[in-house]
Amino acid sequence: MDERTSCEQGDWVQVERVVLEPADRAAGLPEDTAAQPLRMWVKGFARSTARIGETVEVETMTGRVVSGTLVDVLPGYAHTFGRPPAELAAVGRDLRRRLAAYRAKGGG
Amino acid sequence: MRRALGFDYSEFERSPIAFDYEGLMASHGLSLDDVRAIQQAAGVGSTPLIELHNLTDLVRSYADPGMGARIFVKDEAANLAGSFKDRRASVSIHVAKQRGYEGVIAATSGNYGAAVASQAARADLKCIIVQEAFDSRHVGQPEIIEKSRLCEAFGAEVLQLTVGPELFVVMLELLEETGYFAASLYSPFGVAGIETLGYEIVEQMRALTGAPPTHVVVTHAGGGNTTGTARGLRKAGAVGTQVISASVDLSGLHMASDTDFNKKSFTTGHTGFGVPFATWPDRADVPRNAARALRYMDRYVTVSQGEVFYATEALAKLEGLERGPSGNTALAAALALARDLPRDATVVVQETEYTGAGKHHWSQLAFARANGIEVRTGDPRDNVPGTSIVIPERPEQLQATDVDLDRLRRSYVRNALQHAPAGYRPTADDIVFLAEDAHTTPEAVERIVAELLE
Repeated sequence: MDERTSCEQGDWVQVERVVLEPADRAAGLPEDTAAQPLRMWVKGFARSTARIGETVEVETMTGRVVSGTLVDVLPGYAHTFGRPPAELAAVGRDLRRRLAAYRAKGGG
Repeated sequence: MRRALGFDYSEFERSPIAFDYEGLMASHGLSLDDVRAIQQAAGVGSTPLIELHNLTDLVRSYADPGMGARIFVKDEAANLAGSFKDRRASVSIHVAKQRGYEGVIAATSGNYGAAVASQAARADLKCIIVQEAFDSRHVGQPEIIEKSRLCEAFGAEVLQLTVGPELFVVMLELLEETGYFAASLYSPFGVAGIETLGYEIVEQMRALTGAPPTHVVVTHAGGGNTTGTARGLRKAGAVGTQVISASVDLSGLHMASDTDFNKKSFTTGHTGFGVPFATWPDRADVPRNAARALRYMDRYVTVSQGEVFYATEALAKLEGLERGPSGNTALAAALALARDLPRDATVVVQETEYTGAGKHHWSQLAFARANGIEVRTGDPRDNVPGTSIVIPERPEQLQATDVDLDRLRRSYVRNALQHAPAGYRPTADDIVFLAEDAHTTPEAVERIVAELLE
């Protein structure tokens, strides 16, 4: 699927905004966190045409209007199950063998 | 906040330290039967309780003769949004709907968000979920991204934030802006919703074995699960049942650190929530937390990340239940505990949670590797949170490590004194309250107070 570089009014999009600059963050944060802005992403229907990187207003699912930088059009999800970790691959086989051996000896 | 919760906590305060806990818990006026009826109408609860014959026999294969308790699991993944959190959400949403709110807001990166979103959809309420989802590189825990997805699948507006406790400020501003109901995890409604879980366990165990369970193991984070389950057990008459809370050991990782955020391979059920919430429950997003785990824990044990992933794999392969992983923290502990209990003991693991892409032990391990964590097999005692995850080589290596409850009680009393005005001396009523809240005797509290005030 081609990534879109702009949205039309009414498109389902994702915007990003900075909620707090580093100077405005809460006291007592660890240094690594305090050095970063608090950023936020939210999805909604674009209220106008915009290109990626431009500011656009969206109407969210609850009907709120939020302004932010357009970062994605028809944003999806890419998380997966991934490959099986080698460390777990044999666990089922080995435990079944142990169970069979135990039951063969009259256990269970 | 008062507007967003619909009631005033101050009427339950008795002193700078004590408050009327049972009064707060009864403030919603709903009986356990009322809650059950609400949940039945909401499609929540009455989940299966399943005996794990194969895992029981596996444990018995290496336990000493006569040892190896029967192990059961309450399959809470069978709830609509896939976890016991539906129980909490169903009562909060019922109250919000009844009181005429237009929508609900919750701040959570966990299963609770999906539960609130699902229940809000059914009740035709608007829903906003505020999540701590990404580090400053915009890299998100796959487990949390999956929960963002599920909330959005149920029609919620999801605000995904980078790391930081200011998430709660964002939530408060949204409550102000929208006038929605605060579906806090820590309200009396939410915790009342979990009492049915403990109650059902006793009913189902009576039907299966003729008696309440001897032990219930609870995955512990913010405290609601332990509190609600234990209260439900008591309401069903299971006064002799031992309540054992279990958390994944994430000691050494800072919960507000941007760089540590993605070095955790668990986003809940861990000591990063479990210990601070046990020793100071009122750190929550409400004035008084209804979830007070220290009141109800008979034991508190930890297990390592690798042990939970191992138990998760074993549950799928030996019992045909692909669940978790975070919710399997109690399972890993139960497998270790059952080994040292007699065969006629009964251990109930009181929850499972749904699994899916991202929210799966394989993806969590792949993510850990991608973030520089060493994953290997070996002795799980060599696990170092944030550095290495050690998968056991054999089930005998599973171990539940006891947390010293007296140390937690002392820390709790210290926190209570620190939150009172400077120079405040606890009254006799305060001592009784602290003893109940810390599950100990007034004499023990007096000793701790005397030491701390020296």
